[in-house]
Amino acid sequence: MTDRSDAGPAPVLALKDISKSFGAVRALRDVSLELFPGEVHALAGENGAGKSTLIKTLAGVHRPDAGQVLLDGEPTVFHGPADARDAGIAVIYQEPTLFPDLSIAENIFMGRQPRRALGRIDHKATHAATLALMERLGVELDPDRPARGLSIADQQIVEIAKALSFDARVLIMDEPTAALTGSEVARLFKVVRTLREQGSAVLFISHRLEEIFQICRRVTTLRDGAWISSEPVEGMTEEDLVRRMVGRDLDELYPKQDVQAGEVALSVRRLTREGVFTDVSFDVRRGEIVGLAGLVGAGRTEVARAVFGVDRRDAGEVEVDGRKLANGAPSAAMAAGLALVPEDRRAQGLVMDMSIERNIGLTGLRTTARAGLMDRGAERSRSLDWAVKLQVKYARIADTVNTLSGGNQQKVVLAKWLATGPKVLIVDEPTRGIDVGTKAEVHRLLSRLAADGVAVLMISSDLPEILGMADRVLVMHEGRLTAEIARTDATEETVMAAATGRAA
Amino acid sequence: MTVTAPNPAPAAEVPRSSGTRLVDRVFRMRELAILVVFLVMIVITQIGNSDFLSEQGIKDLLLNATILVLVATGQSLVVITRNVDLSVGSTLGISAFAAGTYLQGGGDSAVAVLLAVLLGVGCGLVNGLLVSLGQVPALVVTLGTLYIIRGIDSIWVGSRQITAAGLPDEFVDFGSGGISAVPYLALIALAVLVATAYYLKHFGGGRELYALGSNPEAARLAGIPVRRRILAAYTFCGALAGLAGALYLARFGNVDSGTGNGYELTVVSAVVVGGVVFTGGSGSVYGAALGALLLTSVNSVLPALGVSSVWVLAINGILLILAIAVDRIVALRVATALKKRNARHG
Repeated sequence: MTDRSDAGPAPVLALKDISKSFGAVRALRDVSLELFPGEVHALAGENGAGKSTLIKTLAGVHRPDAGQVLLDGEPTVFHGPADARDAGIAVIYQEPTLFPDLSIAENIFMGRQPRRALGRIDHKATHAATLALMERLGVELDPDRPARGLSIADQQIVEIAKALSFDARVLIMDEPTAALTGSEVARLFKVVRTLREQGSAVLFISHRLEEIFQICRRVTTLRDGAWISSEPVEGMTEEDLVRRMVGRDLDELYPKQDVQAGEVALSVRRLTREGVFTDVSFDVRRGEIVGLAGLVGAGRTEVARAVFGVDRRDAGEVEVDGRKLANGAPSAAMAAGLALVPEDRRAQGLVMDMSIERNIGLTGLRTTARAGLMDRGAERSRSLDWAVKLQVKYARIADTVNTLSGGNQQKVVLAKWLATGPKVLIVDEPTRGIDVGTKAEVHRLLSRLAADGVAVLMISSDLPEILGMADRVLVMHEGRLTAEIARTDATEETVMAAATGRAA
Repeated sequence: MTVTAPNPAPAAEVPRSSGTRLVDRVFRMRELAILVVFLVMIVITQIGNSDFLSEQGIKDLLLNATILVLVATGQSLVVITRNVDLSVGSTLGISAFAAGTYLQGGGDSAVAVLLAVLLGVGCGLVNGLLVSLGQVPALVVTLGTLYIIRGIDSIWVGSRQITAAGLPDEFVDFGSGGISAVPYLALIALAVLVATAYYLKHFGGGRELYALGSNPEAARLAGIPVRRRILAAYTFCGALAGLAGALYLARFGNVDSGTGNGYELTVVSAVVVGGVVFTGGSGSVYGAALGALLLTSVNSVLPALGVSSVWVLAINGILLILAIAVDRIVALRVATALKKRNARHG
């Protein structure tokens, strides 16, 4: 399959001076990258640094505006994902897309099943080929088991097996460990090492720095779409890597003001939702920003939803300013001064086809209405007021929100809730998928709110954000609160240890 | 179902997990359950009325089910792709009338059947094109074609009527004839059913229908020609509705502009009772056929037991709700079982 598996000097896949723009945004500027057979190569950079664009360029989803993609040293143009796949490049996404109703074997070989006479599928051969792939990966999964109910780790294994069945020489793993437990990560790394020994090139993306040091030979760093460095991991420290990734003063991105915490505004006692989270208790004081950290699927969002009353709680109490909240009643929570900015702004936070004005106005329908009828004038002035306060960038306030950038959409969601004058603000992944500039603005806003006496609970998977913004860090692991860490003691290590259940 | 030889598992062999066996069993049970309900019903009726299972009784039972089985088979393919075809009743009606008109004009029986099938194919193609190219919800599109086809049928047919007297004798005889208690029509339906089931299990195109119903996005990523497959499913469904129209004509000899009116709801009920999940990706045509058999036999059982036939609709409704409830409960159980299993392995 590979004649150069003895780690000759020729890269199997390389990018040379690649640039890519989307409208006015330059996502990649003169980026170069070389992947050698038998190496695990890390791609590091903050959210928005251009990692996804680079992966999509390698996968044939995007075509570069300038620069070359070199396959075995030859300039190549991928016209689509199928071209890249045929060239032996496979991408394993964080959350794979499988056919839940079909067996693992069918998932791997869909569309390419071994055939018998008359074009009939050879089920036996499919089964055997799947077993062989699993053996090659050193994993035990039953080929006949349906994909429904597989853990994310197992789903990734199925995707990797699929990639191998295509004779993939280059595997791109996009944050594969983000949703895995400690033992699952260990198994994935075993598989990655096996692949490496078999001569595959692996491009590994992770926000957990220790993993990069654990498994990668070289690391390429991107910042704001530009190539910063490509160098061996050996001899580097985590600080070196962070400096290359961030390249700016951390204080600028996380403008946290010191605030004296006041009395308890939100008190959660022994909150339980069966099968989702158990016995969660915490307080948030006025003026405080409390970070809620944990892996994807640890139950953080679910806790927020239950606190706000979107989901019913099976046991426990929620108090705002000492007043108990009724179970499963978001309107009562709002009346008590609670606001929830949800994780998925497109699906849960905004009505995409409605104007900025109407979106912000949604939370104020009762207060701006007169005699039960909407007062468009009052709604408009209230919305304008908040849109200006939050510096939302728009052409006209009557524009629909789907014309705005992600960062500005997030500001509209924030405006919508801040307009209710909340005492307690819960924000779920407030800066996911928005650019660095707006991110800093959102942080400044949260910090100012806290200084004004609002109690803020911030759920985030962005560890630097948690460390940079939170006065206290709560950590969840598999539906339980596993740690409460003061700002001074919070480090990547302490938080990740609690988040992965590796109690320090 | 699986073809793996049960060799004594060596140490290297991956053990068949409890999860797999559970799921396998559940799906086999789903079809078995309908069969059991059906048999119990038949036995009770036979005890209450010993004439029920006479040769003619069995023949009627099978004849009644035949047409529904055919249309339900086609409908299953469409439902498996996460779509639905509500126009099957109209298609059946217009095909039956077209074949009848042709036969009354002195046409050949085989050509008449072919004509009905082709007309069905045409209707199916229209549905398939609208759904796959237009990216519009199938429910709305086929509701539209239901009315359009019915409208054309009504304009064309007017107050005319086709009666058995105007049809060739061989055609009518074929419709009521059979090998002892098994009608020819039922044999045709059985052949179509078995062939379809075989195709779904053993051919790439069949598996891809399940795949794209199970996760359309993943299907696109896997390079499955999604639109072409959906088009094919609708065309096949239309073809079977057309064929069913021809068989309807042979069986009853009586067709007017109202033939097949409201039939689509019976078909959809049969498919769902038979365990073809409305959200796509799972179920089998055998299940759908059993569902059809169960629903139609309710029609024969009640009169045989002396119960008024006004109860038929209510009982069909109960069976439908029961089937959906059972599916939901089973799905939840399986999900919990698989989760527990994962937890143990994790």
